[in-house]
Amino acid sequence: MLLRAAGLLGAAGLLVLVAALSIAVGAKQLSLPEVVQGLTDPGSASYSVVHEMRLPRTVLGLLAGAALGLAGGVMQALTRNPLADPGLLGINGGAAAAVVTAISFFGVSGYTGYIGFAFAGAAAVSVAVYAVGGGRGATPARLALAGTALNAALISYVNAVQLLDTASLDRMRFWTVGSLARAQDDINWKALPFVAAGVLVALALARPLNALALGDEAARALGSRPELTRGAAIVAVTLLCGAATAACGPIVFVGLMVPHMVRSLTGPDLRWMLPYCALLAPVLMLGADVLGRVLGRPGELQVGIVTVVLGGPFFLYFVRRGRAAQA
Amino acid sequence: MRTAGVVRTAGGYSLTFRPRAVAAGAACAVLALVVGVLAIGSGEYPMSPSDVLHTLVGRGAAADAFIVYELRLPRTVTALAVGAALALAGAVFQAVVRNPLGSPDVLGFTHGAATGALTAIVIVGGGSTALAGGAVIGGVLTGIAVYGLAWRGGMHGYRLVLVGIGVAAMLTGANGYLLTKAQITEAGRAVLWMTGSLDGRGWGDAGPLLAAMAVLVPLVLLGCERGLRMMEMGDDAAGALGVRVERVRMVLLCAAVLLVALACAAAGPVAFVALTAPQLARRLTKAPGPNLLPSMCMGAALLVSADFAAQRAFGGHELPVGVVTGVLGGGYLVWLLATERRAGRI
Repeated sequence: MLLRAAGLLGAAGLLVLVAALSIAVGAKQLSLPEVVQGLTDPGSASYSVVHEMRLPRTVLGLLAGAALGLAGGVMQALTRNPLADPGLLGINGGAAAAVVTAISFFGVSGYTGYIGFAFAGAAAVSVAVYAVGGGRGATPARLALAGTALNAALISYVNAVQLLDTASLDRMRFWTVGSLARAQDDINWKALPFVAAGVLVALALARPLNALALGDEAARALGSRPELTRGAAIVAVTLLCGAATAACGPIVFVGLMVPHMVRSLTGPDLRWMLPYCALLAPVLMLGADVLGRVLGRPGELQVGIVTVVLGGPFFLYFVRRGRAAQA
Repeated sequence: MRTAGVVRTAGGYSLTFRPRAVAAGAACAVLALVVGVLAIGSGEYPMSPSDVLHTLVGRGAAADAFIVYELRLPRTVTALAVGAALALAGAVFQAVVRNPLGSPDVLGFTHGAATGALTAIVIVGGGSTALAGGAVIGGVLTGIAVYGLAWRGGMHGYRLVLVGIGVAAMLTGANGYLLTKAQITEAGRAVLWMTGSLDGRGWGDAGPLLAAMAVLVPLVLLGCERGLRMMEMGDDAAGALGVRVERVRMVLLCAAVLLVALACAAAGPVAFVALTAPQLARRLTKAPGPNLLPSMCMGAALLVSADFAAQRAFGGHELPVGVVTGVLGGGYLVWLLATERRAGRI
């Protein structure tokens, strides 16, 4: 208990450190005093670099990272399926299909324009997966199967639109790798309410989801309502995935990997697991983004690519150690 | 062929499922052939089914023979073979992993094939032979990597799925990166291939797959099905019954990986056939076990029908077959899930 609380504090410290790193490191090399000056002094030469590019980018990394990590944790608990992630349950596919529709049929090009569409797509797919998967009596296997089915259908639709419309392919292929590079304050402000609401719902669900892990009957006996819990969990996942996907593209690996790593630290109790996810997922996200900026010089590697290159081996290591496989 | 597996199932039940499984497999095979004949007969130069059949047995007009043998039969045969190969591989994977989601799409082999093909397109800049070669190399290397990484003094179904998902995610990142590096025309070609298409397929595309199937299909169906059935009861039980579990599993996975890689080389990673065909076959036959042969027939019927629809159902537009299998397959599985739920079967 004390150890886990201290660990949470450590995770928060780690997050602050990585966020500072994300502000300090970039394509334009600034010394530490210049960075500090840029943060505080509006007259300084580095003010615009720090405030218009690095701060928004760091904030977006925080928001999207926390959102994806929490979404993954909630989904894995909800479906009792260690394979659950936004990709597998079709949420990313729904957002991507909506964004492609927006790009190709409605001529939307700004990232702010994507948010509404991606959000609608993610919400529609979440509801559809829940409805098809069985609604009130949803079982884990059925949910996963329904998600896989919808996801494949949506990806095919995305491919079809891309094939018929080369211009949208050109924009889509950069969106689909996942990047924080186009972060702006107004995107962050638009995503913030959704992410904040999603975080609150997700954290409030920790105890009911714990009860649900014992099975529906036991959960009822403990005074929780399984249907309500599942519905609220879907709402949380939709809010989190929709906002994150719209802002930086489908970053698939964070939501799958972080909960697995966290579970090996905290055990299955979601009251500990979810806060850890919310803190450590952005550490991964921002760390990967910084690394992409350093490794990719003079350009950069998109964060979605770095997270898989970094996260993949980590994930495989945890799987091989056998803990994740038993989850 | 099925008698060996029937004995161990509960008495009475085994007697009822066998004829049904045979009938279901036969129905799918007939459907596949009928649609194949219709597909050969349709197009700019329409032919009646009887003309097609006459030509196929060597008694048609010369013009018909050219159209059938040079243009349309290769595509149809490729569709049948790719569908059957993907479905068989899917059925093997799902049985080995003991998870309906353990298909090549989920385990990363199709992603690996796509990475190989993308590398061939974007970095090497090669033609269709390089693309097919890249797909096979990518798929096989991915298979070796996934199996090697999941091996830890034995094989555990869930660990294999998780390792596959991890590798698939890494490869998806690599594929996205390669796409951003490509020229826009190459990107278009790459996306078309990654969707899965049978457009313009000739004997050269189908040949390697057919040759491999001639060896691998009997190996899997005759050599390993009994072992696979036993392994569904658990490794220990199968071992106690005299199945050399690791060897059977290794042979099955090698065969399945090769089938997927060659199918991808022929037509691209066509979505959903490997995942759905075994599920659909299982629901049709209502039989437990891997249902390998019915799955193959179902896969062939699915893909040839999807390609027929992709060519003819959208007016002037010809869509790549992967779009149709994805949308239809996904929609059908959704419908199936809904009806099964209403009937209280799942």
